[in-house]
Amino acid sequence: MMHQPIQKHRPPLRKRLADASEPYLYSAPALILIAAVMLVPLVVGISYAFRDIQLLNPFSGGFVGLDHFRALGQDQAFFGALRNTLWWTGASVFFQFTFGLILALLLDKPFYGRGLVQALVFLPWAVPSFLAGLNWAWLFNPVIGPLPHWFVALGLMDEPHNILSDPHLAMWGPIVANVWWGIPFFAITLLAALQAIPRDLYEAASIDGAGPVQRFLSITLPFLAPTIAITVLLRTVWISNFADLIVVMTNGGPADRTQIVASYIFTQAFRRLDFGYASAIALVLLALLLVYSMLIVLLRQTMLNKG
Amino acid sequence: MASIDIESVRKSYGPFPVLHGVDLTIRDGEFIVLVGPSGCGKSTLLRMIAGLEEVTSGDIRISGNRVNDLAPKDRDIAMVFQSYALYPHMSVADNMSYSLRLRKTAKEKIASAVGGAAAKLGLEPLLERRPKALSGGQRQRVAMGRAIVRKPKAFLFDEPLSNLDARLREQMRAEIKKLHADLKATSIYVTHDQIEAMTLADRIVAMHGGVVQQVGSPLELYDTPANLFVAGFIGSPGMNFLEGRYVVPGEGKGAGIRLSDGTVVPVASRTGIGPDATVTLGIRPEHVVISDTGMLEASVDLVEPTGFGIILHLSLHGLPFKIFTLDREALSAGPTVRVDFPQKYLHVFDDKGDRVG
Amino acid sequence: MRPGKLLLIGAHRGAILVYVVFALFPLFWLLKVSVTPNDLLYSEGVRMWPSRTTFEHFNFVIAHSAFPTFFKNSLIVSGATAVVVTILASLSGYALSRFSFRAKYWIVALMLITQMFPLVMLVAPIFKMLSPLGLTNSLTGLVIVYSAFNVPFATFLMQSFFDGIPKDLEEAAMIDGATQFVAFRQIILPLTLPGIAATLGFVFTAAWSELLFALMLISGNDAATFPVGLLTFVSKFSVDFGQMMAAGVLALIPACLFFLLIQRYLVQGLTAGAVKG
Ligand SMILES: Nc1ncnc2c1ncn2[C@@H]1O[C@H](COP(=O)(O)OP(=O)(O)O)[C@@H](O)[C@H]1O
Ligand SMILES: [Mg+2]
Repeated sequence: MMHQPIQKHRPPLRKRLADASEPYLYSAPALILIAAVMLVPLVVGISYAFRDIQLLNPFSGGFVGLDHFRALGQDQAFFGALRNTLWWTGASVFFQFTFGLILALLLDKPFYGRGLVQALVFLPWAVPSFLAGLNWAWLFNPVIGPLPHWFVALGLMDEPHNILSDPHLAMWGPIVANVWWGIPFFAITLLAALQAIPRDLYEAASIDGAGPVQRFLSITLPFLAPTIAITVLLRTVWISNFADLIVVMTNGGPADRTQIVASYIFTQAFRRLDFGYASAIALVLLALLLVYSMLIVLLRQTMLNKG
Repeated sequence: MASIDIESVRKSYGPFPVLHGVDLTIRDGEFIVLVGPSGCGKSTLLRMIAGLEEVTSGDIRISGNRVNDLAPKDRDIAMVFQSYALYPHMSVADNMSYSLRLRKTAKEKIASAVGGAAAKLGLEPLLERRPKALSGGQRQRVAMGRAIVRKPKAFLFDEPLSNLDARLREQMRAEIKKLHADLKATSIYVTHDQIEAMTLADRIVAMHGGVVQQVGSPLELYDTPANLFVAGFIGSPGMNFLEGRYVVPGEGKGAGIRLSDGTVVPVASRTGIGPDATVTLGIRPEHVVISDTGMLEASVDLVEPTGFGIILHLSLHGLPFKIFTLDREALSAGPTVRVDFPQKYLHVFDDKGDRVG
Repeated sequence: MRPGKLLLIGAHRGAILVYVVFALFPLFWLLKVSVTPNDLLYSEGVRMWPSRTTFEHFNFVIAHSAFPTFFKNSLIVSGATAVVVTILASLSGYALSRFSFRAKYWIVALMLITQMFPLVMLVAPIFKMLSPLGLTNSLTGLVIVYSAFNVPFATFLMQSFFDGIPKDLEEAAMIDGATQFVAFRQIILPLTLPGIAATLGFVFTAAWSELLFALMLISGNDAATFPVGLLTFVSKFSVDFGQMMAAGVLALIPACLFFLLIQRYLVQGLTAGAVKG
């Protein structure tokens, strides 16, 4: 072979520009929208955290440095909300995931009428979240809902009353609604992952003598693991930001017992119109979620390196 | 119809070179087959001709016009894909007429072009079907039909038959050959199957590792392979190779090649190699002669009847060696056979793998 | 069949039944109360179905309340958002699926980040930004905000659908004489219809459900969406359960219709994504 010097010839400038800019042209509208409505407000929101922004007070707007954060350090309501957030998120994710996985496994087997059943059990996912909240609030209401009466019948309660107004039990209301509403999300995602597992793997394993439990442990779980990791991570972040159900069902009450950080931010912004303080809380929440995500990613990395 | 010139064409994906400078001239109406093992850059070359990949350096000309910067749609070529790439949401007729519709050809012209192509390929009863409702062979035909309706300057084929079963492949091979005889369109056909290459090509371009190894008619490549790669790649079962040293002619003896056990296989004398140079001796399985007086003895490992003939798998000096014969007696070969190598069928390659003499 | 196997099948169907009941019961109750006449509401408490049914609550909600306005507003906002987002996400999803370009990594990272941070954080700044533009208390403002919120996920969804369409097809189209954009419009888009349906449905449902920004950005009845209207209704007439639930049932209808249309494609789309890795 003769080796000639490679002389790169270049296509005309106009064509090169057109070729190079094509993907940017396709994605520009989406990016511009995201930048204008999410990124700019995000930056502005971060700056609010250091300013005194009260919607009804025309004299507000000054720079207050770390004042909001100092106030936050003294704010017992905030720390209560932080604890409630942990509880709310942990319980919701745990039950959504567990029941979602079971449902996905049940639906992964072919049976007569599966299409219909799938549509029905996934239906709660389509119910608007505010309506899911109202719906469950009504179910817990002893005046029109059956649940308190059933609790009495089961001996769990002495007389029918609304758990949403019971400081010790109130959090369970939004959690139950959230689980009902969120099971389909996990089930859909996990079902999709399950159906992507090659069937002949199971057949090979059965021929090799693996029972159902071994097949689940040695094939299903390893295949699902990446999906589980990513959906649980994303869902955890999402649920800790998800205030709709609480705003609708309890509005943080009774006695702030169901106030989570996200709903607390909303209360500060919407009810008290104190945007500066709301932004400061939001910034802290964002930082906490970032730390959480980082930890998970790091944990995964170390596990992968070991494995 | 058009000629295609490829001039020192190189291709790299980022820092990774895939084609190391290809020069090739394809004459008007010629059927060229690019053949080589998978990953050697055949598709890349074909796709550069089609305009689907940028050329890193060098020029491609169609009918003498440089097309490097032309979009595929402006090159007036047709391509048949390995996956057929039929549009699933269009009927067979619509698939075939799509290119003409894009060119705003008159309705009557489209109808006659599609009708003509469908008649040639036996697709008439299928015109209203969707690709999903066709068998593999029928899809293949539609892909061919889509290419021929618009009488392009050149046809490009990227392994068009590799998704068919053996019998269909044979049949389509013959049909492609007939179509080409009929249309006389310049065609470039990519395959890794050397039988397709042998049967279809006017000229074969054998490629390996992004480098063209040899260009020539099928029989040229078969009879005088330019190097070890082509020798081994063309032909099935593949050519046998034996290591040895060249013995120069003298003292009443002719030239020969001394094998590891000392046997000297006589060969026609060659120029261009010195005495005792390391060489590789090649002989095709069908050229080996079994004879009781043969000069080499080999042990029989396996007897493989193919119906058409018999393949004997042997060990010669501990190395695998094959014989192909039509003689049924080979079925009852004993534990060892003696073989002879007729001189005129011997190939000699130097230590760089290039053909000598 | 062996009895063990029969038992297993029984357990499987039983478990599925439990899920179906759990999923549907709240919605059933909503429907039940909405057709229960007021005088039976308290006397028949936990009965599964009232002895008499009525449509008076629906009549009242449709004829004598602002709900038709809320409904119309929600329909406009959700429909417009779904269309805008699907168009933008088709374009950007196509770019992510078909091109490799320098900024791709950053675009994906950016879109992932927008899925991670608390949207409540944006409530205050967005309010402050939109009000001088006259976009608070306006449906247009809501459409803009909802579109931005939904574009990232919809982009990923569309990308996974595009990834499922072989690149060969548009290459064939380009050789047949199409430009890349014509190939996109005539070959790729028609094949992505299920994906487009799924994206439309997904975004519609998301916009139909959104509560916090609607509460924040909308104050009067004229531009209120269903969630805002229903919530005001709840706090104002918190005793008229029949009417509230009738309104709830009405709010449920479009979202459920959309869902039933698209749910098949949704699992399919996610499966495609999962196969891809
Ligand atoms: N888009 C790409 N990016 C990087 N490498 C590629 C790309 N396409 C092909 N290659 C590499 O180029 C080489 C030649 O590929 P190809 O032309 O498809 O081979 P084949 O002869 O089998 O058709 C292969 O090693 C392949 O890995
Ligand atoms: Mg190839």
